Amino acid sequence: MREGGISIWFFIGVSLLVNGILIVGAGIWELIAPPALDARVVLFNLHANVWWGALLLIFGLAYCLKFSPGRKT
Amino acid sequence: MTAVMAAITPTTLVHLSAVDIAIIVFYFALVLAIGLYLRGRSNTGEDFFMAGREMTAWIAGLSFLSANLGSLELMGWAAAAYQYGILAAHWYWIGAIPAMLFLGIVMMPFYYISKTHSVPGYLKLRFGESSRALSAISFALMTLFMSGINMYSMALVLKVVLGWNINFSIVISSATVAAYVALGGLRSAIFNEVLQFILIWAGAALIPILGLVETGGWSNLRLQIARNASAEYTHLWTTLGSFKDNPMGIHWTGIVFGLGFIISFGYWTTDFLVVQRVLSAKDLRSAKMAPIIGAAFKMLVPFIVILPGLLGLAVLPMKLTGETAALATGGHSYNEVLPLMLARYCGPGLLGLGITALIAGFMSGMAGNVSAFTTVWTYDIYRALIKKNESDAHYVSMGRWCTVLGVFFSVLTAYLVMSFASIMDYVQALFSFFIAPLYGTVILGMLWKRATGAGGFWGLFAGTVSSIGMWAWVKINPAALRYVALSPNARDMAENMYRALWSWIVCVVVTIVVSCMTKAKSDAELNGLVYGVTAIPHEAAVPIYHRPAFWATVVAVFFVAVNILFW
Repeated sequence: MREGGISIWFFIGVSLLVNGILIVGAGIWELIAPPALDARVVLFNLHANVWWGALLLIFGLAYCLKFSPGRKT
Repeated sequence: MTAVMAAITPTTLVHLSAVDIAIIVFYFALVLAIGLYLRGRSNTGEDFFMAGREMTAWIAGLSFLSANLGSLELMGWAAAAYQYGILAAHWYWIGAIPAMLFLGIVMMPFYYISKTHSVPGYLKLRFGESSRALSAISFALMTLFMSGINMYSMALVLKVVLGWNINFSIVISSATVAAYVALGGLRSAIFNEVLQFILIWAGAALIPILGLVETGGWSNLRLQIARNASAEYTHLWTTLGSFKDNPMGIHWTGIVFGLGFIISFGYWTTDFLVVQRVLSAKDLRSAKMAPIIGAAFKMLVPFIVILPGLLGLAVLPMKLTGETAALATGGHSYNEVLPLMLARYCGPGLLGLGITALIAGFMSGMAGNVSAFTTVWTYDIYRALIKKNESDAHYVSMGRWCTVLGVFFSVLTAYLVMSFASIMDYVQALFSFFIAPLYGTVILGMLWKRATGAGGFWGLFAGTVSSIGMWAWVKINPAALRYVALSPNARDMAENMYRALWSWIVCVVVTIVVSCMTKAKSDAELNGLVYGVTAIPHEAAVPIYHRPAFWATVVAVFFVAVNILFW
């Protein structure tokens, strides 16, 4: 799917990367300025948005690099 | 932006932060960008309607699954899991896996070698124009209705969950789907379906992970469900010995024969919405592998759909009810279980991704319906019955306009459903009328060379009419349920299963009887269409781990294992 064009996996990489950055950013902001106790989600102490966002960011970055349109196969 | 914000009302199930809105807006921008990018690569009919037949097995397989993951799938089956327990997983395992493997190993060679553009197109080659016309017209109508229902359901969810205005949701989502499918054709729909598949998993997988952490694992979850609801809710087969022993009111024969052998095989092997994705594969091996890859992932979908419903039974502080009771009491309905679980675990960012997953699911289903409708309308109705022998460019142009018109008619259907709520039940029943008989016609056409054109047409016709007849019989006289579903204790789900089984049997019997009374085609005419007179390429020279049959066996072993594990 890359013959003469951008691979679908590159688009997926961009999507995961951007979402990962936004989610990690939101998670770190919550670490700096935690919400009020009654506004917290269940299992807030696990800070899922930090590690799940980081996971998306890493996968997204890897896909962007591997399937970059400028990269020679 | 002001209009967007004005459409968001403050009384909602969840509240989105700025970062959640940014994630949703980015998703819409990306799918449109993909459509725009692919516009230049959809100039011929083969490009626009069949994605150039150049998809890899992975892309065709994920798209095959994603086209089905839309519609009411995510919300509806999570709700069913809350309502009926793990029995809902049958629709993912016995109700999908055997049929998907059968499509890959047995049926795909005939679809692929015949180079048909569609399932009605195969019927034309095998049985003649009348069978194609019957199947194409019914499919086109039902696809539009289903697309409209999906659209309305999505708008309803966004209203309940986010407080978005229904008209706003319908306009934004339908315009986006129309734009990217009209611009890039099937290739654009497939690209977006793969993207949507990944986003659905990225957005929904965290719920079961955190849910299992909160409940303390599967064993503790079962104990909590037994305490809050019933121990029956976590057994897949042990409660199916009697209609009265399980919350779904169904017997194992209905699940195995009605769902497993008829509805599932009918849907996964003859519904052009999903088969079209596999037909876009670049070669026969990819076309055979695509449904097997789809089956492997299908087996995992209960993790993000069924498990959240079960977790809802264990951890949600409130009792969910049916839609009517929820409206009367101001409580929450079964359909809200997934958003409630999302709101329970997902903070800023993750909530936006979860909502994006829901929107992506609905949009992939809608795009699947629209692109399948466009192909069937253009090739099997417009070119076959209205304007023959036009140029390829003319049909591509018709396809682009047809996409926009298809979405427009879907919007009208969505408003029709909104005005008459009961239409939704009727249309879903209507859709099921065609699936089981069509499967009978296609499977006999592929595997029995003696089946004739007249046999195929009258079998399909009789099967469809008998299915409608049984449905009307039970509607007029509810006591007839004891004959159609074999028990007065059967419920709606069971009735659908048995009605499908009987209509398939009627179709097969009529096809055989009429075929035996009419003149068969010669072997030469059936070459490439029927088992026994078609040379199928061998895979002897390929290593075992490259063979579709090997991977189908692996998936089949896992399928048996999960059924035993959750017995």
